[in-house]
Amino acid sequence: MATEMKPILSVRDLHVSFGPAASAKEVVHGVSFDLGVGEVLAIVGESGSGKSVTALSSNRLIDYAGGRITSGKIELLRADGSVLDVTSAGKQELTGIRGAEIGVIFQEPMTSLNPVLTIGTQIEESFRLHRGLTGAQARVAARDALERVRIPDAERRLKATPNELSGGMLQRVMIAMALACNPRLLIADEPTTALDVTVQAQIMALLAELKRETGMSMIFISHDIGLVAGIADRVLVMQDGKVVEQGELSQILDKPQHPYTQHLLHAVPHFSSGTAARTDGARTIAPLPRPTLEVDDLVVRYPLKGGWFSKPVGAVHAVDGVAFDLMPGETLAIVGESGSGKSTTARAVLGLVSPTRGAFSVEAQAARPGQSRLPVQMVFQNPYASLNPRLNVEQILAEPVIATGTPIDKAVRDRMVALLKRVGLPEDSLARYPHQFSGGQRQRLCIARALMLNPSVVVLDEAVSALDVSVQARVLELLVDLQHEYGLAYLFISHDMAVVERIAHRVAVMYAGQIVEIGDAKSVLSDPQHPYTRKLIAAVPTIDRRNQHFELDTRQVPSLVRPVGFEPPVANWLQCGEDHKVRAEV
Amino acid sequence: MRVVKAIFSHPSGRIGGAIVLVYLLVALLGAVGLTPHDPLMQYRIDRLHAPTSSYWMGTDLFGRDVMSRLMKGIGQSFTVAFFSVALATLAGTVLGLTAAWYGKGWDTVMMRFMDVLLAFPAILLALLIVTIVGPGTWTSVAAISIVYTPIFTRVVRGPALSLKSRDFVDAARTFGSSRSYILTRHLLLNLVAPLTVQVTLALAWALLTEAGLSFLGLGTQPPASSLGLMLSDARNLMEQAPWLLAFPAVAIMFSILGFNLLGDALRDILDPKTRRA
Repeated sequence: MATEMKPILSVRDLHVSFGPAASAKEVVHGVSFDLGVGEVLAIVGESGSGKSVTALSSNRLIDYAGGRITSGKIELLRADGSVLDVTSAGKQELTGIRGAEIGVIFQEPMTSLNPVLTIGTQIEESFRLHRGLTGAQARVAARDALERVRIPDAERRLKATPNELSGGMLQRVMIAMALACNPRLLIADEPTTALDVTVQAQIMALLAELKRETGMSMIFISHDIGLVAGIADRVLVMQDGKVVEQGELSQILDKPQHPYTQHLLHAVPHFSSGTAARTDGARTIAPLPRPTLEVDDLVVRYPLKGGWFSKPVGAVHAVDGVAFDLMPGETLAIVGESGSGKSTTARAVLGLVSPTRGAFSVEAQAARPGQSRLPVQMVFQNPYASLNPRLNVEQILAEPVIATGTPIDKAVRDRMVALLKRVGLPEDSLARYPHQFSGGQRQRLCIARALMLNPSVVVLDEAVSALDVSVQARVLELLVDLQHEYGLAYLFISHDMAVVERIAHRVAVMYAGQIVEIGDAKSVLSDPQHPYTRKLIAAVPTIDRRNQHFELDTRQVPSLVRPVGFEPPVANWLQCGEDHKVRAEV
Repeated sequence: MRVVKAIFSHPSGRIGGAIVLVYLLVALLGAVGLTPHDPLMQYRIDRLHAPTSSYWMGTDLFGRDVMSRLMKGIGQSFTVAFFSVALATLAGTVLGLTAAWYGKGWDTVMMRFMDVLLAFPAILLALLIVTIVGPGTWTSVAAISIVYTPIFTRVVRGPALSLKSRDFVDAARTFGSSRSYILTRHLLLNLVAPLTVQVTLALAWALLTEAGLSFLGLGTQPPASSLGLMLSDARNLMEQAPWLLAFPAVAIMFSILGFNLLGDALRDILDPKTRRA
């Protein structure tokens, strides 16, 4: 693109180390790239690949994290046309470029803002600091900044504190603050990872528009190669601190050379073809087996209290009239965004929340030794929080057995070893503690624990969402194998459509506490009927949609708070395929 | 074992640990009666004798051996401190765990009551209790344990609340694990580290409170000896027999220093935030 012009950022053979000089650990080994004026460079890689460290070296933010540039050169073309070598710049010069020349937005908008100050105060502050604006001038500038990032009703939002805004709104505020000084380079470090997929699409659309408006350059850091397809001009793929491949977007997407890039591309969903969906579903066999789990009219409501002594003023309808059934050996994926009630549904099935009403029956498989009283088990999202750090693997695996009142004897111990081996953990793991395992290994351990009692249903609540793409793929393979081996039924809760596509036989889409569409995975994902499902699937970044741009949409999710005694209208289902039905909207 | 090793490779842990070990040894000798002289024996001829080779720390107004009385007194003070801290730990842990687990009304009532207790200075509250119940060794144990229970309740409740909402507790519920299993294995086991630190520090405060009560004549009763009582007896003879005051005062100071250093070291070692990877 801008090859004749001088690049705004030129990095040559960058090496970055962390830790004290004597025991320094090098995490970036010789990265080189050029970023042209007005260009968007995407740095793609897994956690620990050095992508953030590389990008945040360009304004030396890594200094604060204990990082040091050990060799290499970073040349920044400043606004006045001079070139600054960032690696040897002094404190004064660095302060000069941070904010003014290089803006940064981070992953967690919720923790990047001060919770006790209003949005307005915080935005005004960046105008006061960098542009010397005061009083009314700063206030006007702050309002303009919010309008620039398309926050509706900006005047009123200025008076809001961060907890009053949604994650997507807060990320817009962060972008507004980063753009306060019109930086010529914006570093976006996984800016949408913590957000829902439709909100993510909105933020991506906003960034693309802002880039067109201002002509700024951007470094976009992401673990999702599908996401960068919509915004990047050039892509840099990193693995273990090295660049494994870099080039023009189309070249990387269409003709990936390195096996790792090919692997990343494989993990991106391909809904439109429908080829990735599983075909080994239980419903292909006739006659249909009896369902393992049947849920009928599940309702979970939380009353809202008006005050200490007054009656409830309403109720949050977290889950409203959810019904589905699950066959042995089948995976039903429940997809939806945060607040859709998908996790509450799972927790109700597990008995962790008590439903307001609703029936569910679990058909236990023929009695096997060590059968759980609860034939439903769960694997949680965060493998770091779901294992007690003070218990070793043997104690962890023993817990479900102890809960049934069975003594731990040789047979139980043999089963532990067999299961550990089955999920791919070393056999000498029994005496080890959770912290000695990696995230993927811990999730395998959680799976082994869930299988200790031969459950017939396993609830997987975002079970692979916290894992890196390559680890994720292996855990998913394991889950599919275990499903075949033990005839397990999976209730798979996820917001990640790429994962759902690979594991689900059937998909249920939840929106505002209700299922709006349910059916065969291939049919739902490739031919969505409900407007919300369409919107959701359109928002998922895929390579096919690289040139498609999203309309900015600032509508909010409807409130789940209903008056006392409110009953939603009875659902009217339209059949639109052999196993595919959609809720008719009134 | 790992913790013991860590204590002795931590600079302040090494000093604190050594001091506490020496005190424990002395307290044990004093408690079983292995002292140079009988602490109650009055050697009338040697009254107010300055330190010599037969009375290493001199004698008091009644001709009793100060060193023997000091050893016995350390034994006495440590006994009171240990029992009161043990009681406070037990009560605080049970109250804190149940407050966190059951929440709602029980939590509110319990924690507000603890706030009331905490509003009084420790020594004043202990004085109040002893004045009501009457002086003595076991009433001071009771008083001191009541005074320090709120601190343990708070130390337990906070982390217990956050542990309660962790995924592994939810996982335990889905297995159908019993309440007692969850409370002991998942909550209590994870509270061992903060409790250990708190116990060490509370021992230092308990020693000081016991000394204060005895000094005021409300703790250990004569003729038995305790550090506070010895100070109180020595007060009027400060100019004639400074050794009477000096030895117990230094003993109190070093015991508190020892426990505080040890507590600081334990905090560094057991707190995952400051623990080196």
